[in-house]
Amino acid sequence: MPGPDLIVRNVLWQDELVSLWIEQGVVQRLAPPDEPCSEGEQLHGGGALLLPGLIDAHVHLREPGFEYKEDIASGLEAAARGGFSAVLAMANTRPVNDSAAVTSFMRDRAAEAHPFGPRLHPVGALTKGLAGQELAPLAELAEAGCVAFSNDGLPVASPDLFRRAMEYASDLGLVVIDHCEDPVLAEGASMNEGRISGLLGLKGQPVVAESMQVARDILLAEYLDLPIHLAHISCRQSVELIRWAKARGVRVSAETCPHYLLWTEEMVQGYNTLAKVNPPLRTDDDVLALRQAVREGVIDILVTDHAPHADHEKEVPMDEAPNGISGLDTALSLSWKLVREGVLSPQDLCALWSARPGALFSLPVNRFQHGDPADFILFNPDLEWTVTPETLRSKGKNTPCLGQTLPGRVVAHGITGKILFHDVDAS
Amino acid sequence: MLWPHKDLLCISQLTAAEILYVFQVARRFAEINTRPVKKVPTLKGKSVILFFVEPSTRTKTSFDIAGKRLSADTYSLAASSSSLRKGENLKDSALTLQAMHPDALVLRHHQSGASEFLARRLSCSVINAGDGWHAHPTQALLDGFTLSEVWGDDMAGKTVLIVGDIAHSRVARSDVLLFTALGARVRICAPRTLLPAGVRQWPVEVFSDLTEACNGVDAVVCLRLQLERQKAGLLPDLREYARTYGLGARHLSKANPGVLVMHPGPMNRGVEIDAALADAENSLILDQVSAGVATRMALLFLFLTRKDATDQGDARGDQVESPQPQSPSLQED
Repeated sequence: MPGPDLIVRNVLWQDELVSLWIEQGVVQRLAPPDEPCSEGEQLHGGGALLLPGLIDAHVHLREPGFEYKEDIASGLEAAARGGFSAVLAMANTRPVNDSAAVTSFMRDRAAEAHPFGPRLHPVGALTKGLAGQELAPLAELAEAGCVAFSNDGLPVASPDLFRRAMEYASDLGLVVIDHCEDPVLAEGASMNEGRISGLLGLKGQPVVAESMQVARDILLAEYLDLPIHLAHISCRQSVELIRWAKARGVRVSAETCPHYLLWTEEMVQGYNTLAKVNPPLRTDDDVLALRQAVREGVIDILVTDHAPHADHEKEVPMDEAPNGISGLDTALSLSWKLVREGVLSPQDLCALWSARPGALFSLPVNRFQHGDPADFILFNPDLEWTVTPETLRSKGKNTPCLGQTLPGRVVAHGITGKILFHDVDAS
Repeated sequence: MLWPHKDLLCISQLTAAEILYVFQVARRFAEINTRPVKKVPTLKGKSVILFFVEPSTRTKTSFDIAGKRLSADTYSLAASSSSLRKGENLKDSALTLQAMHPDALVLRHHQSGASEFLARRLSCSVINAGDGWHAHPTQALLDGFTLSEVWGDDMAGKTVLIVGDIAHSRVARSDVLLFTALGARVRICAPRTLLPAGVRQWPVEVFSDLTEACNGVDAVVCLRLQLERQKAGLLPDLREYARTYGLGARHLSKANPGVLVMHPGPMNRGVEIDAALADAENSLILDQVSAGVATRMALLFLFLTRKDATDQGDARGDQVESPQPQSPSLQED
């Protein structure tokens, strides 16, 4: 039996100090921390938490077309630093990812910029140009490497077209991700509709703009007996519908983002465009419902909905500002806040950010069992950092976290056994 | 009183004492408007840019006259003649204007929060002359001043009704804050389609029946109905709106004796208010316009002289004293 290529020593896995033995890009085994071995490279973990490489199933990397906001190289750099070994990149680029040429371009750019990862998995457009009128060539997109389909950002209003899209995608064995938003009810909204939108004089988006579409999708999924994945769920009403659907055996899965678990519409006070996101930040009650749903598995996975924008685009009055929060750099630290608050356990984090998204989108996942891909991060939860434009690797500095001190840093990241970085001082 | 504010963005930033102080100063300036020569040198050498990105006639004219009567130099700029039309964003346009060293920027903008946005970025005073649906603090101050001229400053025991398109009205939001700050009870009346989200949490009583809403009120503020609300599906048609929410004598029969009628203008006669009521003896609509000039003179005085104190390194920090009754600055130029 050949020896390991790499041993990651003295790391904490499920409350036990271990060493991770890696051979030819896959996990060989978890061994006692001091088990001697003369072969392979040694990396000293310094007691950091060992976690699987995370999967972010919902990011916007902006290339092609909007490289000034983010490009694939900078987006993947932020992903690597944030602990993500794989990301699913949405199709609202320019041109839209509705052809094999764009899919291939994105994959080539990723391989060129970061040959050892993180991996970029394109999500193909559900409709041509995301216009919601005609199906995109889904088979061509699947063949080119898309792992799912979505009209994210521009939800498909027609229930008939959406039904056909689900049916067609099912033949390809790929899931449809829906941005649940009734475009008429949500039109022109800058924030959640409620007490604060009324006071600030801003047009609000009512929760039913989301939950009506959630209900539609659930009913279609049940009728067709096909899977549907619901993107960035933000409110109690949607959670209750998803809970009901799961109890009925509907093949529905759902995601939410750390910002919906931590922040409310109060963040928008003072016309804070950095907190303008779609769906909007909701209320305390919605946060409570989402936290419970995440704990119970009603919400299956966490995603960032990483949406980088240039500073000048957010430095405008509220109505003009684009939606979105840059999330890849801060996601794990925000998630760790939830661990500190007792909302999640570290095991929950592994499930929400790795095992379940891997299962949903048929991606390889590291469970630290023999033969698993050696995608891992070392995370120091005691290390605090202050979010500044300089500490963010993404080009998008648009986060309400600016100026905040967050817990926990990724101090090392390995993908298929290759070390992307190791901050010796930080670990 | 010392004036502590750099900007005027929303009535919520003012205490009741500060609101009454504005009235007190306005009362003194109102007297100037009745003189044969309506000009004093109080703000000589000061410059005020009237940046009206959203079109306006009466508010802009009111500020313009107010500034000129205090001898400030006022410069009007509309969106159509500014670089905004060439694609420049609001921040860059405002920074460009600031580089010309005005003492104050009076901003009217169609987006809520635009004034706050600029106030955070400009060192000169920013006075909100209406931002989207959010706030119109100078209108509320002139409305309050108009009523205080009739009722006196203590509005406890008075009931003010605001009727019309509350959801899209910056005047309504600011009036509610001001009247409640001064102790009045406030009612609002509108069809549900024209009520803002969360209105049940406002310090107001909410009505949908105008006759009921008028019962026992001391003043009614009618709001202008923007005709595009019908196209937006918020109303069936203007005739029905006029029948249901247009203020008429039949509604006021249940109001308290001496009920006062107000309207921030411009009016759609026969839609939100009966034409005869607008001209009736108890109508304060033109008094509001006169009060607007005096109130804005007061505000320009307070904000522009405040800056002097900081420039001169006043030991009291960034506060400035009020004009004294015998102030020579109020003499004719």
